[in-house]
Amino acid sequence: MKWSEMFTSSIGKKLVMALTGLFLIIFLIVHAGINACIWANDGGEMFNKAAHFMGSTVVIRIAEIGLFLGIFLHIIQGFMLEFQNRSKRKQGYAVPMGNKGSKWYSRSMGLLGTILLLFFILHWWHFWVPARFIGHEELTELEINGVHMHNMYNLMQYTFQELWVVIAYVFACFSLCWHLIHGFQSAFRTVGVSNSKYVNLVQNVGIGYSIIISLAFAMMPVSMYLGWV
Amino acid sequence: MEHYMMNLTLKVWRQKNANDRGGFESYPVKNISSEMSFLEMIDVLNEELIRDGKDPIAFDHDCREGICGACSMYINGRPHGPWEQNTTCQLHMRAYKDGDTITIEPWRANAFPVIKDLVVDRSAFDRIIQAGGYISVNTGNAVDANVMPVEKDKADAAFAAAACIGCGACVAACKNSSALLFVSAKVSHLALLPQGSPERKSRALNMVAQMDKEGFGACTNTGACEAVCPKGISITNIARLNAEFSLAALVSQ
Repeated sequence: MKWSEMFTSSIGKKLVMALTGLFLIIFLIVHAGINACIWANDGGEMFNKAAHFMGSTVVIRIAEIGLFLGIFLHIIQGFMLEFQNRSKRKQGYAVPMGNKGSKWYSRSMGLLGTILLLFFILHWWHFWVPARFIGHEELTELEINGVHMHNMYNLMQYTFQELWVVIAYVFACFSLCWHLIHGFQSAFRTVGVSNSKYVNLVQNVGIGYSIIISLAFAMMPVSMYLGWV
Repeated sequence: MEHYMMNLTLKVWRQKNANDRGGFESYPVKNISSEMSFLEMIDVLNEELIRDGKDPIAFDHDCREGICGACSMYINGRPHGPWEQNTTCQLHMRAYKDGDTITIEPWRANAFPVIKDLVVDRSAFDRIIQAGGYISVNTGNAVDANVMPVEKDKADAAFAAAACIGCGACVAACKNSSALLFVSAKVSHLALLPQGSPERKSRALNMVAQMDKEGFGACTNTGACEAVCPKGISITNIARLNAEFSLAALVSQ
C-alpha cells in the first residue's frame, strides 16, 4: 500500500485528523501555560517575558511553522471529511435519530470546528498579526533587564475592554470545550487505543483536560474585563 | 404480562423500484395483539392489502428469531425500533400502545440502495467479506479441534465480535453512513484468533479498501452504531481495526 493510498483511505483520513488533533492538544497546554502568566500579579512582567521568549527563540519559531501546517491540515481535512461524509446519504430520514445513541457534540464537530476557525481569524487579527507584522498603537515597547520587547500584556488589556470581544472569546472557549471532549478520546481511539483500561483513562483525562483548558482560556478575557489583573 | 389489543397508524415508505422516487403512505391497522411481533403486525397489514388487491409492503426477513440479520427497518428514528440489543423481528407490539403512530423507513445510505419499499441492497457487505473476511485452510483430514491453544479472553472477545449478523443497522444509524463497526467486527473476530493470523494484514487493508469503494463514509466515533447494534458489538472493535489497518499499512510494501 502506497503512502497516498494509506492517507486517502477512510481510516487514513481519520488518522490525519487524530494526529494533528493530538498535536494541537499539546500546543493548547503550552499556549494556556504561557498565557496563565498574566495571573502572576506583576503588571504583566512574567507574561511579557514569556511572550518574548516564544517570539524570539528560533526553535519555537520553527515549531510555529509546524503548528500552522498542523492546524491548516486539521481544518482542511476536517471540512473535506465533513462534506464527504454528508454526501454518503443522499436521501435522509424523515424521523432523525437525534440523541438516541450519540451525543450532540460528537455529531457537531464540523460546526464546532467552524466556530473555532472563525474565532481564530478574530484571535489572529487581535494578537498574532499586530505582534508579527503590522503593530498596534497599544502594542507598546518596554525594556525588562535590558531586553527590548513588546508589551503584549498591554495589548491584551486593551483588547479585552470591549464586552463583545470578551463574549466572543468565552463563546469560542465553550465551543472548544465540547470540540475537545469528543476530539480527545476520539483521537486516541483512531490511533488504535482499544484496551479498556486505557480507554477509560483517556475518557476521564480527556474530560478533565477539556474543561481545565477551556476554563483557563475563558477566564483570561474575563479577568481582564473585570479588572482582576 | 398483560395482554391488550391496539389500533395503530403506520407511516410506511413505499417505493416501487430503485428508480422510483418513493414516498410515505399511511395505513390504519386494527386489532393488533400486544403479543404479536412487529413483523407479524406487518403481515396482518399485508394480508389486508392483498385482500384489497393492493401491492403488499416489501420487507426483508428470514429467521425471525434474531440471528440472521435479514430484517432491516428504521422504526420511529431508530434502526430495529426502540428496544436495546434487539432486531426488528424480535421487537414485540407490547412496545407500543393503542393510538400510536409508527413511522417505518428503509436503511438510508448510498451504499444500501432501496430495491423496493423497505428492502435495501446490502450486497456491499458481501463484497467486503469477499475482500478478506475469511481464513484459508488446507484441505485434507479435519484437524483436531483443540490442536491450537487460544487464550480464554481472546476467544471470548473474538466470539463477541463474531456475533455480528451483518444487518447493517450500524450503517443506518451512523450520521456518516460508515460501515466501520461491521468491518471492525469481522476483522477483530479473525485477528484475535491464531487461525486468522496468516492473512491478518492483507485482510485489514483489503476489507477497508473495499468498504471505501462501496461508498460508505468515514467513522467519527460518535458511538451511534454501538447503541443500535442488535448484537451489542462494541466500538472497541473499531479502535482495534484502526490499529490493525494503520500497522498493516505502515509495514506493507
